[in-house]
Amino acid sequence: MRIQRLANFDLNSATDELDLSLLDPLIGKYRGKKGALIPLLQGAQNLYGYISKAAFEKLSRETGIPLSDMFGVATFYAQFRLHPVGKYIIKVCHGTACHVQNAVEISEALEEALKVKDGETTADRFFTLESVACLGCCSLAPVMMIKDQTYGKLTGTEAVKIVKNIRLEESN
Amino acid sequence: MTTTVTVGLGSCGIAAGAHKTYEKIKALKETENLSFDLKKTSCVGMCYREPLVEIVDETGTYLYGEVDADRAVEVIEKHVNQHEPIRDYIVYTDLFHAPENDFIGSQVKIVLRNCGYMDPESIEEYERRDGYQAIRKIVGGNISREAVIDTILKSGLRGRGGGGFPTGMKWKFAHANKSAEKYVICNADEGDPGAFMDRSVLEGDPHSVLEGMIIAAYAIEATGGVIYCRAEYPLAIKRLNIAIAQAHERGYLGKNIFGIEGFDLDIYIKEGAGAFVCGEETALIASIEGERGMPRKRPPFPAVSGLWKKPTNINNVETYANIPWIVMNGAEAYAAYGTEKSKGTKVFALAGKIKRSGLVEVPMGMTIRDVIFKLGGGIKNNKRFKAVQLGGPSGGCIPEYLADTIVDYDSVNATGAIMGSGGMVVMDETTCMVDVAKFFLDFTRKESCGKCTFCRMGTKRMLEILNRITNGQGKEGDLEKLEELAYQIKNNSLCGLGQTAPNPVLTTLKYFRDEYEAHLIHKKCPAKKCRPLLTYSVDSEKCTGCMVCLKNCPVKAITGERKSPHFIHQELCTRCGVCYSKCKFDAILLS
Repeated sequence: MRIQRLANFDLNSATDELDLSLLDPLIGKYRGKKGALIPLLQGAQNLYGYISKAAFEKLSRETGIPLSDMFGVATFYAQFRLHPVGKYIIKVCHGTACHVQNAVEISEALEEALKVKDGETTADRFFTLESVACLGCCSLAPVMMIKDQTYGKLTGTEAVKIVKNIRLEESN
Repeated sequence: MTTTVTVGLGSCGIAAGAHKTYEKIKALKETENLSFDLKKTSCVGMCYREPLVEIVDETGTYLYGEVDADRAVEVIEKHVNQHEPIRDYIVYTDLFHAPENDFIGSQVKIVLRNCGYMDPESIEEYERRDGYQAIRKIVGGNISREAVIDTILKSGLRGRGGGGFPTGMKWKFAHANKSAEKYVICNADEGDPGAFMDRSVLEGDPHSVLEGMIIAAYAIEATGGVIYCRAEYPLAIKRLNIAIAQAHERGYLGKNIFGIEGFDLDIYIKEGAGAFVCGEETALIASIEGERGMPRKRPPFPAVSGLWKKPTNINNVETYANIPWIVMNGAEAYAAYGTEKSKGTKVFALAGKIKRSGLVEVPMGMTIRDVIFKLGGGIKNNKRFKAVQLGGPSGGCIPEYLADTIVDYDSVNATGAIMGSGGMVVMDETTCMVDVAKFFLDFTRKESCGKCTFCRMGTKRMLEILNRITNGQGKEGDLEKLEELAYQIKNNSLCGLGQTAPNPVLTTLKYFRDEYEAHLIHKKCPAKKCRPLLTYSVDSEKCTGCMVCLKNCPVKAITGERKSPHFIHQELCTRCGVCYSKCKFDAILLS
């Protein structure tokens, strides 16, 4: 059930200092428009990578949408994150085609290599590991996506190698 | 004539590296000052051969497969510069029998008529391929709204999103409800894992969907349009935005469009936020309105009270893409394809353990076997064909012995599966059917919106039972309990998600009960997939004594000296499978 998503959220855990004035153009665009809640949340997430407590409060204050409605919608949809994420989000596809071609192995190998569980972010805030429903590249199964790059026909070892290479390139 | 080189830049092509291929060819063209036209197109459906490059010269059409940057250099050099086509790389041509000629030749392309044959970001190319001629035909011929609806009714087109409700009927209802404000919505929330035809159409031919929506808007007198598209499809959204802007520029959207006084239509894109249940029409409307995507009771149907409580017509991407073709070619031409109750063609997304995974469009009435073997090329690695999953998490598994079932709505329903949106995931002997049922149920459990108790709690209880069966802790009576729960959920849920969620379990129980029993009674997984039911041992012939498994075993159940075969102590082994995945010499045996 979707409400289970609530269990993972602790709004107070995020302590980042964010520039909330970035939200102003967004609020200006959608204020008073009907059906604006989801685009507002999507816009906020595009700015910061997630929706912080302070962002929720500002959006609510300035648009008049109750905080409870905002939180209700944000926890309903899989897209919204209420926690800071890593610089790179690793999306491991668990669609049907990937599942029957051993996507579990990819996730397990990455969990072991990065020492995080599904949905978590590494301590250095470098990687967030996520499993997603379907990336629509079924012919390349099993696949994972990092930023805009899709990697197909993977094995666990290959997936780990790709992630390690990214970290290596960044540290150079 | 000038030679044209076209690179396929759909999502799967890009994932396979088509951007690099395109950039390489572009660089070559510039540095060597070569005289050919370089173009972009989208997916032709041959995903398994991506990246694809098509060359059209005065001798004919040649489609090259698996063209990475290196191969691109070779192809341009030989074919374009020296006029010597490289036969080994050609996958399709109109000149001789190439490996994929059958794949293209057995299809009837109506929905996919433009996909892979034109630049999706060019309205000129769409118009050159009869684009916006259907709406012009209506306007020019003064064809009444009723006559348009009648054409769609007579064509026999049924909703391609899964429900299979006659499209013309939907339009008729929406038309009959008078209101100053009405809406057309395109459902592009393709959430079914394993189906990607809507994405391909949006990426490859966005204007055909727009034109379909414009015709629907004319027919029902709509004043606004929304495309509800998955946010996971960034390329589709980008190309739709381009198409909408182009249509506005030409006056195909906006005020008094196509010169019809008072025909005002704006279409905008609404990005979905990731909820499978939003494929259900009332949940989708709630989501557009900015609410949690929870379905509501019907009636009233959206045709009476939909978006902002106004009469609304919702069809999916594939349905709309059919419309311009039907208007142009007539209802009879469309109805000539298909079976008595299912007319026209259907696009299938072939995936899983199949040789040619990709998109195919076939007339209704073809057998599943023909789709898989003739078009799909059969099973990968010459394994045995076991079953095919149709309709995703709402559908069911059809076993090999029913593969001669034809694809039409009613025949597929009779097996317990559904046509759904057309995802066909093929499974071979190494797929465990209990595991597959568990996978789908886990998906629907997570995606249940929580409104109906049976769907919310029932799917959870069913999953618990499946988990214990695959862990070797199944109890007597579990299968009966699964069935009872399944029927309760089907009968007591409000929307399609709950009503169909048990289908994968019910169909696998029906056709593969022996496999469930093997797990339950004999504590064995015949497909060797469910780890807790396997026994791991070392093949002493193959083991090199490298000690990798020994070091990685979390419970120290493996002993042995360097360079001599290791041994797994069964009484300590927790069957986690680490040794199996770590061994580089295939020396861990499963039984």
